[in-house]
Amino acid sequence: MRFWLVAVVLLLAACGQGEDRAPEAAPVLAEPVEVAFNEAGRPVDEVLADSQVVHRGNGEEPQTLDPHLAEGVPSANILRDLFEGLTTNAPDGHIVPGAARHWDISRDGLTYTFYLDPEARWSNGEPVTAEDFVWSWRRAVAPATGTSYGRMLSPIVNAEAIFAGDLPPEDLGVTALNDTTFQVELQDPTPYFLGLLTHHTSYPVYRPAVEEHGDSHVRPGNLVSNGAYMLADWRVRSRIELVRNPHFRDAGSVIVERVVFYPFEDENTEFNRFRAGDLHWTYQVPSSQFQWLEDNMGDALVVTPWFGTYFFSFNLTRPPFEGNLALRQALNLAIDRDILTERVSRFGEIPTFHLVPPGLPEYESLDVAWADMTQEEREAEARRLYQQAGYSAERPLEVELRYNTSENHRKIAVAMAAMWKQVLGVRTRLINEEFRVFLQNRAQRRVTEVFRSGWIGDYQDAFTFLELFHSEHGRNDAGYDNERFDRLLERIASERIPASRRNLMAEAERMILADQVILPVYHYVTKRLVDPLLQGWEENVMDHHLTRHMYLVRPREVGVEEAAEPGEGEES
Amino acid sequence: MNETTRDAFDQALDSREVRGRSLYVDAWHRLLRNKAAVAALVILTIMIALVVFGPMLVDWDHEIPDWDNYSTPPSLETGHLFGTDALGRDLFARTMIGGRISLLVGLVATLVSLLIGVTWGAFAGYVGGRVDNVMMRIVDAVYAMPFMFFVILLMVVFGRNIFLIFVAIGAINWLDMARIVRGQTLSLKNKDFVEAARACGATEWQIIRRHIVPNLLGVVIVYVTLTIPQVILVESFLSFLGLGVQEPLTSWGALVNEGAQEMEVAPWSLLFPASFLAVTLFAFNFLGDGLRDALDPKDRQ
Amino acid sequence: MLKYSLRRLASAVPTLFLLITFAFFMIRVAPGGPFDSERALPPEIEANLAAKYHLDEPLVFQYARYLWQIVQGDLGPSFHYRDWTVNDLIIQGAPVSFALGAAALLLALLVGVVVGAWAALRQNRPTDYTVMSLAMLGISIPNFVLAPLLILVFAIVLGWVPAGGWAFSFDRMVLPVITLALPMIAYIARITRGSMIEVLHSSFIRTVRAKGMPEKEVILRHALKPALLPVISYLGPAAAAIVTGSVVVERIFTIPGIGSYFVQGALNRDYTLVMGVVILYGVLIILFNFMVDLIYAWLDPRIRYDDGETA
Repeated sequence: MRFWLVAVVLLLAACGQGEDRAPEAAPVLAEPVEVAFNEAGRPVDEVLADSQVVHRGNGEEPQTLDPHLAEGVPSANILRDLFEGLTTNAPDGHIVPGAARHWDISRDGLTYTFYLDPEARWSNGEPVTAEDFVWSWRRAVAPATGTSYGRMLSPIVNAEAIFAGDLPPEDLGVTALNDTTFQVELQDPTPYFLGLLTHHTSYPVYRPAVEEHGDSHVRPGNLVSNGAYMLADWRVRSRIELVRNPHFRDAGSVIVERVVFYPFEDENTEFNRFRAGDLHWTYQVPSSQFQWLEDNMGDALVVTPWFGTYFFSFNLTRPPFEGNLALRQALNLAIDRDILTERVSRFGEIPTFHLVPPGLPEYESLDVAWADMTQEEREAEARRLYQQAGYSAERPLEVELRYNTSENHRKIAVAMAAMWKQVLGVRTRLINEEFRVFLQNRAQRRVTEVFRSGWIGDYQDAFTFLELFHSEHGRNDAGYDNERFDRLLERIASERIPASRRNLMAEAERMILADQVILPVYHYVTKRLVDPLLQGWEENVMDHHLTRHMYLVRPREVGVEEAAEPGEGEES
Repeated sequence: MNETTRDAFDQALDSREVRGRSLYVDAWHRLLRNKAAVAALVILTIMIALVVFGPMLVDWDHEIPDWDNYSTPPSLETGHLFGTDALGRDLFARTMIGGRISLLVGLVATLVSLLIGVTWGAFAGYVGGRVDNVMMRIVDAVYAMPFMFFVILLMVVFGRNIFLIFVAIGAINWLDMARIVRGQTLSLKNKDFVEAARACGATEWQIIRRHIVPNLLGVVIVYVTLTIPQVILVESFLSFLGLGVQEPLTSWGALVNEGAQEMEVAPWSLLFPASFLAVTLFAFNFLGDGLRDALDPKDRQ
Repeated sequence: MLKYSLRRLASAVPTLFLLITFAFFMIRVAPGGPFDSERALPPEIEANLAAKYHLDEPLVFQYARYLWQIVQGDLGPSFHYRDWTVNDLIIQGAPVSFALGAAALLLALLVGVVVGAWAALRQNRPTDYTVMSLAMLGISIPNFVLAPLLILVFAIVLGWVPAGGWAFSFDRMVLPVITLALPMIAYIARITRGSMIEVLHSSFIRTVRAKGMPEKEVILRHALKPALLPVISYLGPAAAAIVTGSVVVERIFTIPGIGSYFVQGALNRDYTLVMGVVILYGVLIILFNFMVDLIYAWLDPRIRYDDGETA
């Protein structure tokens, strides 16, 4: 009978929810004490919590922790803690010296000489040498490795040819001048090269471990890394646990002793775990909960602009959009971005008509005419263009809008279809595809018409967005094929004067927008919940947050127990 | 997924195999005496009427968002009787449309499985011998297959398409039916009245049509009423995985899944579709139980 | 009996073969491949990866290679979780899934049989109706609604148990086990009730009663055993239901079992992982059905398997 009682309680609970809007279970988030710092900039011991174990929600289970094979944000997050490139990120995202203490750049911008930190150590105590970098980078570009992000190293001399299998990896333009001096030759001046070096493709791997263990060199016990943390335990789809690396070059500044990353397949599940006090940091938040979060967990909710753009693309190789600029523009203008961001995505995403997100220090997008119109004017213009393209109420456009399975994509697509219907009378067929099917259809361009796209910049430069539309880029799913644009990209790549490079890039962006290749919707934000007791991190546009900058502080009230050891006892 | 039906049949199987036509009249009267079953029947009738005509009762369309009222609770003022979903679409309209899809999925998938199952089972049972043996071995083999995996694969391979959902679920759900029908047919075909018909020169086809099929009707009806709710649940599971019907269409499963994501911020978006779903499943199950009892003269009173 | 068992097990081999073949070719038909990603790979790299995993060979060769592999007990490397082999993943996940499934099955049997029998003894009385209506409710609420509700109430509002995560401990297992067991409880209760009523009306029980045996003994000693037969035959499908249910439960409670590999593997086109899980479940379901038959035979004196005819 007990059991039925439970059932009844549940039902009542369910009904009860219907009555009042704000259920209790107001999350108990402790307030942090005021943090004081010593002269070294380190928080004083008195404010630090006794237990320095951080629990981070981390999206899906990483495919691999091999820095040269990994892809996706979840693995990148863990790899940033495990490894360190020549450069690394400060809490605010700025690029600062990492394994290299300093470097020289030649006049022509083609030769970089890195002077490694003599204190740099692998987690087994061995020194990190220039030779380690040479070997690792050769491994990263060797076709046999199967590096997914090889592109990150492609500015280096001969990298492209090595990828293609035309040259052996030994021909890569890198040399160890001595144990601590590492030299790189670039093909073209690449102003964002130092930024690329924070990416995991450029991390060194420990040669003896890779040679001894092969594919399983990244398992706990085998993995030797050079970052602030080392791998202690890895339970697939349960937890990945890192502990402080005592040999790390700056080990003294690292406060958090252990960090545990938890994979989640479902954002609501992660949210529940955070509410239950199991996590200090989430990977995301459920998109439908914004209002609730703002009302109930305002202290923990962190929303930051992110270096990415959510847009839709037109397939330019098939009717109805092939050669139909007016139609593409009509569909573009008929979308009310304010409604999409305020009422659909709801997390303060930045509505946009552009491809490149704002906030780049060296770049500013050029204005497009329709950005300054009111929505009414845009809609009127859209109707005019729609007519001009040969469509009308009697002869409406029938179009397929394709997106991959996800709550947010679904909502945006439904809303856009409704807007097209209301403004233009377009009949939209929504096609939701599972991710792999979607990717394949996009790449083949045989069935797509309008489809969801989106891009998070790989490095802090507008080029990461522009290169997507080169006629031969592997992700040019719109099929944009404009010789002028291609030539412009090539000029940007070899341009040495920053100001001219910037102008060329802005021109390239405007070309894409004027040709109505894409339908930009908004610039992404990252949104997560962070326990107020977890400090030391800062919001940054790349969303790179190294655990070694973080620390847990004591809660303010004396009587309140400290956020007691979340996650402890799990999976013993 | 077929557990109740199986049980239903195990019991129905033991029941009298051969009945006159009046059996169904008798059964109908017995059914009418069962209050729960009658209530279920009434509820189902109302439900079907609602989902068929309901969408015509409101001004709101199930696919056009009302941008001024997104995620609003039920209210007479706005005209959204069940409130709106996260996109401002009227939940009443969506619940009704979703009901159409869910019931349709349940019905069509069940019919597909019925068609395959009855044909397979009747054929195996009627022909008998080695053919029967092989056919039933195949059924056994398919039984060992993880059913849900194939539904998922089918959805992945062939894309999302309501028609396909029907067929996929139906194509996998026919095993029980085949087994039951085979058993029934086996025992029927040796009965005196079948022999008599044969002696009178009736063709095989006539025998199947006149004698075998009508006598299978009882189990089939029970099977249908108990399978429909299961199929509706399978569909909701697919919706949970994001493999269900395409927007802007919806189903109860899809609505309940969306509602479950927002049960705290917008409880009505879970409550209404979930109640419709639960009540319907409830009614089907009660009706099925009632039918089983009614068709089984070995009275349990 | 032994002869029957051996024959039964031998007949499982073609079944499994069929299963493997079917699953192998079906997953390969699905569009897209395991190495597709939003960041397009250069063609050379893609070719290298394909070669590494033998995806460049004709499908029939791959199939033969795969069969040869599994005969040796090697399920191959996972294409998605690249640091692990399928064997690794299954060894890590299977104990979790088994513990969860077994606990749910036991709970369902225990509660379902008691509740069903109890309702049968009070047939057509209010208790019967109430209990059975509640049982139906268990079938009528999808588990992906039930699970978050349970979390909300017991983990977040009441704070009695953790909101998810896994350990072999009562507090972390209780909610997932209840979620998995609830629909089964409903089915088992209904089945038990039906068969119990039937048994209670049989002439056999009437005779026993007529002999003046105490009611309690009549039920426990004579009625329960035959009434359990249909329940036993339900266990086969129940095991399959647990597999499906565990997909939902693992996801919502973040449990690292193998149920999710079913879905995730298919979505990621992790060919080997999907195959591994399918084979494992195929073997389990076959074994389970076999055991169920044995128990059935043991409980039901009318069935003997010696003559070779599977009654």
